[in-house]
Amino acid sequence: MRLFSNTHIDFLGYRRLAYWISAAIIIPGLMLIPVFGINYSVEFTGGTQVHIRTAEPGDVARMRQALSDNGVTGAEIIQFGSDTEFIIRARVAVEGADADNTQATVAAVSAALDAVIGADQWEVLEAAAVSPKVGGELRQKAFFAILLSFVAVLFYLWYRFEWRFGAAAVAATVHDILATVAFIAVFRIEVSLFVVGALLSVVGYSLNDTIVIFDRVRENLRRSKREDFVGILNDSINQTLPRTALTSGTSFAVLLALATLGGEVVRPFALVMLFGVAVGTYSSIFIASPVLLAIERRWPGAQVRGVKSPVPGTSSKRKRPQTVS
Amino acid sequence: MFTTIRSRIILIAVLVLVSVYNLLPREVTIRVRTETGAMKDTTVTIFPPNKGLDLKGGMHLGLELDESERVSTDPARDIDLALTILRKRIDEFGVAEPLIQKVGNNRIVVELAGIDDPNRAKAIVQQAAFLEFKITDETGALENVLPAMDRVIRRLGLDVGGTSPGVQQPSAVELLLGGGGTDSASTPQDTTGQDTIRVADNLLVRGTLAGLISTTGFVPGEYLVPETAYLRVDSLLRIPDVRRLLPRDLEFRWNFEPTDGGDAQRYRRLYVLQKDAIMNGEHLVDAQAGLDQVTNGPIVTFELDRTGGRRFGRLTQAHVGDYMAILLDNRVQGRPPVIQSRIDRRGQITLDGRSITEARDLALTLKAGALPIPLKIVEEIQVGASLGEDSKRAGMTAGLVGMLLVVIIMISYYHMAGAVAVLALGFYLLFTMGGLAAINATLTLPGLAGLVLSIGIAVDANVLIFERIREELALGKTVRLAIDEGFAHAMSAIVDSNISTILTAMFLFQFGTGPVKGFAVTLIMGILASMVTAIFVTRTFFMIWIDRKPAMTTLSI
Repeated sequence: MRLFSNTHIDFLGYRRLAYWISAAIIIPGLMLIPVFGINYSVEFTGGTQVHIRTAEPGDVARMRQALSDNGVTGAEIIQFGSDTEFIIRARVAVEGADADNTQATVAAVSAALDAVIGADQWEVLEAAAVSPKVGGELRQKAFFAILLSFVAVLFYLWYRFEWRFGAAAVAATVHDILATVAFIAVFRIEVSLFVVGALLSVVGYSLNDTIVIFDRVRENLRRSKREDFVGILNDSINQTLPRTALTSGTSFAVLLALATLGGEVVRPFALVMLFGVAVGTYSSIFIASPVLLAIERRWPGAQVRGVKSPVPGTSSKRKRPQTVS
Repeated sequence: MFTTIRSRIILIAVLVLVSVYNLLPREVTIRVRTETGAMKDTTVTIFPPNKGLDLKGGMHLGLELDESERVSTDPARDIDLALTILRKRIDEFGVAEPLIQKVGNNRIVVELAGIDDPNRAKAIVQQAAFLEFKITDETGALENVLPAMDRVIRRLGLDVGGTSPGVQQPSAVELLLGGGGTDSASTPQDTTGQDTIRVADNLLVRGTLAGLISTTGFVPGEYLVPETAYLRVDSLLRIPDVRRLLPRDLEFRWNFEPTDGGDAQRYRRLYVLQKDAIMNGEHLVDAQAGLDQVTNGPIVTFELDRTGGRRFGRLTQAHVGDYMAILLDNRVQGRPPVIQSRIDRRGQITLDGRSITEARDLALTLKAGALPIPLKIVEEIQVGASLGEDSKRAGMTAGLVGMLLVVIIMISYYHMAGAVAVLALGFYLLFTMGGLAAINATLTLPGLAGLVLSIGIAVDANVLIFERIREELALGKTVRLAIDEGFAHAMSAIVDSNISTILTAMFLFQFGTGPVKGFAVTLIMGILASMVTAIFVTRTFFMIWIDRKPAMTTLSI
């Protein structure tokens, strides 16, 4: 079986259309963030979250009433999968209490549940109580982790290729991050640490994809002269297309399995990754290369493009001695 | 190096053996407390790699110094001291492989797997366990100043009670919330719950201090306050203008719990004590829980070191006939006993109305030493064991199905070469798990997801190589040459793309806590293992394949 072998698609010709498509996804998505707000989990906002399983199907309205009777106002109660599993989320502590005192909220929540469901009729599957201070710190750390990983990758690509490639790869990755954040905002996916992990994996995946294409560009540049940069880019994308299709395919298959069978906890992660893999594949073809072209036209490179330091043993002319015993 | 098939096979065999060795079940000895309360060493079998709290259930606590009562003079030293003390306490608590570590420079993270009583664990971690012995006041200082105190209160307009919440509420709320940590080994949840109701009633209680405080007549410096008025009296006594009337070398302390009066009403004992302690827990070398032979109530017996014993002996001799209050975290324990004779190195604390478990917990916290500054919980995550089971099962199912899909895709697309890649995938999984076990990493649910994800990515290296081989074959090269060139050409793409991913994963590791760290570690280990398998193991398989069929003119790829 062969997919997409020997294609000659003029990918670069679609670049204006691609820019429009990306803008159409990212801009409205990001504009929705101030409208809806990002749905952060308690890890980031601070507060109390209790995931419970009840013996009998629970009555959300009565639980809510019992909670406000116990001083926990404005709690969210979310049915989780089945009608005996609930997530109770109280972002604010008990009224009048110190905002950092999440313990009082935990106590109030369990007192309320004892009253409405009965003390032996429910069990805690998971409980988290995080002070707002800790949550704020975490948000800051997540932001810096993403930012610093960009800088590190930029420097690595600068060292391995040259700055134009690094900048184009990072631009494509920023595109993916923005598109994924827009996806998270539009579909109201709860941003937990796990989802931030997915976001960083999207960064890794997208870079991976872009670098494979750029690696081919680097190689093709070494062979031919650079007059026809557009042609080289198109050839490189077409040559790596089978690999792009297959790797995206296997990743997609695995993520689909995670999204459907991995359970409620894993699902948001898998959904974000699914979108990220799709957008990462798209961007390495339709964003990274056009941006590289744009940079190249604005700041033309040296006569001989390509590798600064090839991996030993990979240059096209060298053959590895092969002894077979 | 490793150019011959034999040397390559030997290296692969070594890698396999090392991985398998690291994955062998281990026997770990932990200390658990038996029903009777004795400590016993038990051996449990652990299957590596370690599973995180989200996969086996347990408790994660983030703790910081609680400086609301006492301000730390040297936070860096105090947090280190607290860390050492927590290690000792938890060691006695009996948990398999607890994690106790400092995060940043002001936080301690404690992870306890398989805890069935989270409240007890929290109490043990949080209790300051600051032990003091103080002599009660015998001069009747409080009786002398009570009228003056009431005059001050009347002047401030507080005598009707509850009308001026501005002064009262802060301390009432402070007690309500701050009480959780210092309330000793009782469950913080319960006390907090009860206090909520009590406060509401209490702010309505009226009357002067003289009307609310009565002497007991038995122990000097001991007073009774109706339990309903406890918080109000405490609030009033904390007003600086009122507090100032009591001589400077004396202080107020409350009993740990209310007592029943003769008249069906509950009372709280208030003590006036000499501020300077005659001894504190610093010199304590041993503490044991037991039962009092007369009352059969739980007690904790303790033993002081030589210096402490000498000092305690000297001071108790000077105070024979006086009453000595035993304070734990500023609450008086039981009723102050009279000092009948010189006490040297041994003494006991009576814990009326409390369980033997609490006495045992107290003994172990006393033995481990007092926290320099109490700790507050800033982050608490508790995962029930059943959720852990569910997650693990779902993760496993998804992983198996995902892998099956990859196997189908690879074999149907690349035929024989695909089968080789699938075989390599098996090695990849073994190396990843073995590597995780070797560095003692913890497998979390995100980690499991990362592992499943990396299966998809692991085949990428093979895909890169195979596509390259196909291209070389299309150029009309011989099978042997096409394989050589395919591997050689794919190398730079594999190395560059994987190193970039490792770089991002390293930042993830740096920033992450618990589960996310597990994800980052799994991803990094997965990428390393996938590079080793794709570049080395798959290559070796191809070499064997060609070696078996040297005359092969077409490749099943």
